[in-house]
Amino acid sequence: MSYIEISNLSKSYGKIKALNNVNINVDAGELFGLIGPDGAGKSTLIRIVTTLLLPDSGYVNVLGYNTREDYKKIRGEIGYMPAVFSLYSDLTVQENLDFFAGVFGATVAENYNLIRGVYHMLEPFKNRPAGKLSGGMKQKLALSCALIHRPKVLILDEPTTGVDAVSRRELWELLYDIKHQGITIFVSTAYMDEAKQCDRVALIQKGRVLGVNSPHGFAQMFPHKLYDVYADGIWSFLDKIRALDTCKSAYMFGSNLHYVSTDDAETTETLTNKLHQIGLSGDVDIKQINAGIEDYFIRQLTENAELS
Amino acid sequence: MKKIFILLQKEFIQIFRNKTILPIIFVLPVVQLLILANAATQEMKNIKLAIVDYDCSPESRGLIEKFTFSKFYAIIPVERSTKKAIKLIDMGYADAALIIPNSFGAMANRSESIKLQLLTNAINITSAALINRYTSSIVLDYATNATVEFGKPTISQASIRHWYNPTLDYKLYMVPGILVILVTIVGMFLTAINIVREKELGTIEQINVTPIKPYQFIIGKLIPFWVIALAELMFGLVIARVVFNLNITGSIPLLFGFAAIYLIAALGLGLILSTSASNQQQVMFMAFFFMTVFLMLSGLFTPTESMPSWANWFNKINPLFYFMNVNRMLILKGSDFSNLWPNFLAISIIATVVIIIAIKRYKKTS
Repeated sequence: MSYIEISNLSKSYGKIKALNNVNINVDAGELFGLIGPDGAGKSTLIRIVTTLLLPDSGYVNVLGYNTREDYKKIRGEIGYMPAVFSLYSDLTVQENLDFFAGVFGATVAENYNLIRGVYHMLEPFKNRPAGKLSGGMKQKLALSCALIHRPKVLILDEPTTGVDAVSRRELWELLYDIKHQGITIFVSTAYMDEAKQCDRVALIQKGRVLGVNSPHGFAQMFPHKLYDVYADGIWSFLDKIRALDTCKSAYMFGSNLHYVSTDDAETTETLTNKLHQIGLSGDVDIKQINAGIEDYFIRQLTENAELS
Repeated sequence: MKKIFILLQKEFIQIFRNKTILPIIFVLPVVQLLILANAATQEMKNIKLAIVDYDCSPESRGLIEKFTFSKFYAIIPVERSTKKAIKLIDMGYADAALIIPNSFGAMANRSESIKLQLLTNAINITSAALINRYTSSIVLDYATNATVEFGKPTISQASIRHWYNPTLDYKLYMVPGILVILVTIVGMFLTAINIVREKELGTIEQINVTPIKPYQFIIGKLIPFWVIALAELMFGLVIARVVFNLNITGSIPLLFGFAAIYLIAALGLGLILSTSASNQQQVMFMAFFFMTVFLMLSGLFTPTESMPSWANWFNKINPLFYFMNVNRMLILKGSDFSNLWPNFLAISIIATVVIIIAIKRYKKTS
């Protein structure tokens, strides 16, 4: 059964189409990622799913309940962690947790084992006002508060935005634990590398879903030959490389360059020669690689951006 | 019920933890009552009076003595010339000049009607009227057959007695009014700001995805400020009693009964404002706007009887007007329910309408 069923969903703000005919199904027990750049419509979609916003057309069912008619039933069954910290900063960690358990008619004690993984890191600060916690701690408290009533579906809006690398990894580990406790997770992010952490991913841009697949499935859909190039100062040759005749696209990937070739006959040798011709000297380390999900996304996002 | 309790608990923790709002709640009544009641007075003191005595009889000197001993007057020395006295007023050295005619003594003894002239600087109409009133009452007190002319003879010789506030103590008039302001500020402003703050911080969104129903949220928000505003009224009354020796002649439970209904209207207005604003700045500005209009027309500073008829029509829906009425009638006059019931009826209708609109608007916007 689909826990979240998004069907032909559209939403406009004035002339701007925030969501354009979106269709997504999230299955029970899945860790589902919604990936897209800023302004893609992720938050709008999440606000509709969490019953905070009504769509213009189409519908969303969460756990079989419609967000328009049965929003009351949905609200009791989901946990929501908004993009901005929105707990009471003048209440302590403990008071926030007790409050959010209370409004769902639950107690902290009965669901403690569910949040133990998150909460044990917060326990030393339980009498500290939430506003005085560090960014990572705030996230963990928000996650605890969203989980304290043992929701069937956990919905997170960009939980890793503005969080340091260590806390990001910690947060994803916590999400795995939560998933293993049988909770379905719907999470949005602007970071493409986080797509790999999800069971399935929807790629969204300018209000349109460009595809739904597993990270592996997405990577296999990459249609061209891809080369990973390393050379000192290669970024300063970017313009010249992009002007090469077989260049579909070229972009920096960490300290390396990913070169997408339009020519199926391309080999590491032919590419090395081309790079030398445009003046790239010294050691050039080139190997052909399998595309990752990020390569696929970059391709899709640029193509979609060019289309519209 | 349990959820409302949880909301109330949270609200009270937050209010009592707020290091800015809490002191203000209790400092406000002290400062407002002490400063405002003393400063916003319409009593005249140190009226600079130039007396031109054309008579120089024992009788005229006796009259001048009356003014000299009065704490309300400072006598400005002037030559026996009306022109000089007018010049003093022109230059601002005198507020008024009293002209005693040369036949004053003789006529007073013969019990003939005497006419004195008072020239007043009327740039501030209120103070001019007060000076006229004070001066003529002193003259009348001295010589019952005297008339004071203000340019043309208009004043009647009727003696005036002020009921309920016999010494015309302006503080007794102001204090009940200031209590109304206090209760309204706590009720309307704090409620509105509190709800908008939840909007601003995004916490209301977190609440909205919980199974808390709008009515539970509203009750959880209104009850704390309802309680605090009533406590504020009690606190204000104690200060008024201790500092101004204000004697509450009417029934205190009746006063609180009215305040309790009035507050539902004030809190409801706060809630309506909060649904139309998205940040604290906006809501403060709106609350201030409404408060000023309601307050100006309520009769705190100027009697509503002298307002134009549109203002009196508006006052029919002005909750502050009724509270101001009831407060003064009950505290100063000792009115009971049989006199006050029209006010109770009106405020109950206003409170019901306001709270219904508020809940409807809240449901619509959330």
